[in-house]
Amino acid sequence: MTVGRLSSSVAPHRARPGRVDGGRVLRQALTRPSLPALVVLALVLAFFAVRAPELLTSGGLAGVLDIAATLGIGGVAVALLLVAGQFDLSVGVLAMSSAAVTAVLIGQAGWGTWPALLASLACALLVGVVNGVLVVNTGLPSFLVTLATFLVLQGTTLAGVRAVGGSGRIDGLDEAPGWSSAAAVFGSTAQLGDGRFRVSLLWWLGVTAVATWVLWRTRFGNAVFASGGARTAARELGVPVRRTTVALFCLSATAGWLIGTLSLVRLDGVQVSSADLATGLDFLVVAVLGGCLLAGGYGSAFGASVGALLYAVSWQGIVLAGWDPPWFQALLGVLLVVALVANGVVGHRLKGVPRS
Amino acid sequence: MTGSGARGLELRGITVRHGSVPALSRVSATFPAGEISCVLGENGSGKSTLVALLSGLRRHDEGELLVDGTAVRFRSPRTARAAGVATVWEDLAVAPLLSVWRNFFLGAEPTRGVWPLRRLDLESARATTARAMERVGIPGLDPDQPASRLLAGERQSLAVARALHFGASALVIDEPTAPMTVARQTLFGQAILAARAQGLAVVVVTNNPRYAHLIGDRFLLLADGQVAGNLTREDVDADGLTALMAGGAQLGVLTDALTELHPELGER
Repeated sequence: MTVGRLSSSVAPHRARPGRVDGGRVLRQALTRPSLPALVVLALVLAFFAVRAPELLTSGGLAGVLDIAATLGIGGVAVALLLVAGQFDLSVGVLAMSSAAVTAVLIGQAGWGTWPALLASLACALLVGVVNGVLVVNTGLPSFLVTLATFLVLQGTTLAGVRAVGGSGRIDGLDEAPGWSSAAAVFGSTAQLGDGRFRVSLLWWLGVTAVATWVLWRTRFGNAVFASGGARTAARELGVPVRRTTVALFCLSATAGWLIGTLSLVRLDGVQVSSADLATGLDFLVVAVLGGCLLAGGYGSAFGASVGALLYAVSWQGIVLAGWDPPWFQALLGVLLVVALVANGVVGHRLKGVPRS
Repeated sequence: MTGSGARGLELRGITVRHGSVPALSRVSATFPAGEISCVLGENGSGKSTLVALLSGLRRHDEGELLVDGTAVRFRSPRTARAAGVATVWEDLAVAPLLSVWRNFFLGAEPTRGVWPLRRLDLESARATTARAMERVGIPGLDPDQPASRLLAGERQSLAVARALHFGASALVIDEPTAPMTVARQTLFGQAILAARAQGLAVVVVTNNPRYAHLIGDRFLLLADGQVAGNLTREDVDADGLTALMAGGAQLGVLTDALTELHPELGER
């Protein structure tokens, strides 16, 4: 454990000429998944700092971070799945569904806030298990499996809430026992200058930090990387690929639940609506902007968070610059193409396995 | 290696079925410790099923598999490695995007701390990897570089070093000769011989009879999932092994039939 012993055992290996040189740091930086996203983020920030100076005031930043937090939580979960070579389209709709379950249990069944939250978390985990088990047992593309889940959840939630509540809206939940403590955990705000910063920001940072640690410093993280980048090798070495995949779907379902709970507490209620597929794709966009390869095996939670920030800055920048909002879609499309090309170049270089 | 008769791997009437079709049927063989046993056979003769069985990827439907005299039933490659049986896979089982040390320990990472703070023991993993790579003739390798940056030969060495590290009692090597330079093949052969010298049971699965005869002590011939021959080095020379490999009797019948139809073939 001592530094002396460690360096003496490692030092001789560093001396290999031609392979380990001064360019190593630079090369490592270039192979970071988040690098293109960071560069583009800096460019976009600089651009909007000129066109819409309010963006960099505390009010503007609070708006940006508010958007980025929700996107980032889902984006990090989807990024982990992408690294493992899978994808989850149902995160967005699961947020709405689990918020609806919580709201119905509190508003109609008269449950306490915390039991209702736990029950909806259990429902979300069940959805995650179903997604995961279906994917690993059928071998179907997870895109299609979660598309089916998306449709089932959306239909069930809309019909269910209308049947129970009479309309698509359930509110007036703040009378429920335990609501104030839940509001403190999921809905606190802090006023800094003229910006109102929400606690979702802390959840986002926490999720990113934990996901990064898990990905790089645990067995589970190693299994995630191997499941996506080299599934045959992982299987041959006894890495629990199936268990890892199911666990990741549970994680993304939990992220969906967290997003739903954050919005439920913020709005004191839930409005179910027929969301389009784009809400499910936003998280994918964010993860890809952050440098995840669609083929799996490469990506980072930090990158996905940078991607979320990039998304939020572009959105808020266009609003504050007074442009017509549809320009945002166009800009996002351009950013996506840039990210895909950059990721493709990186992936190609990394995967170029030398042959004798 | 007298006196350690039970050491090594033993198959007793092993049957493995793919659905209802037996890929191996009632195969009995011993792979003693301290010897190199070569498994030879055509494509589809059951060689890869044997590798899958020994490495824990498949379970046997009938019969017994013994490691050092104890009957085992591997649930996964993880349990096989835990029992001291490690495999060098035909495709080497190297994940190109992972670093060398992550590849080395993939599926059996050293950890420290208690859950939920259990984490990879980075220092020991890196140091062990560097030492193990040095042992197979690649000194000074940076264990942090991605495996995709290794040369083809270095990737093979990584697979061998990993198997040597985890294979306490047996080493299973699937088709080692695929794309290799002579220098690499020499190094590879040295590693196999070193493993034999350490008293491991070495099983080399190959379809190159000359290479098999060069390094092997005993030869198991498989055909259609059954044992077609069980020979030692004294029983057979390289040419004999090649003839057996090429389907011996079958080829003779084929030659006769073809020369009968096309007499000009007989003059070749």
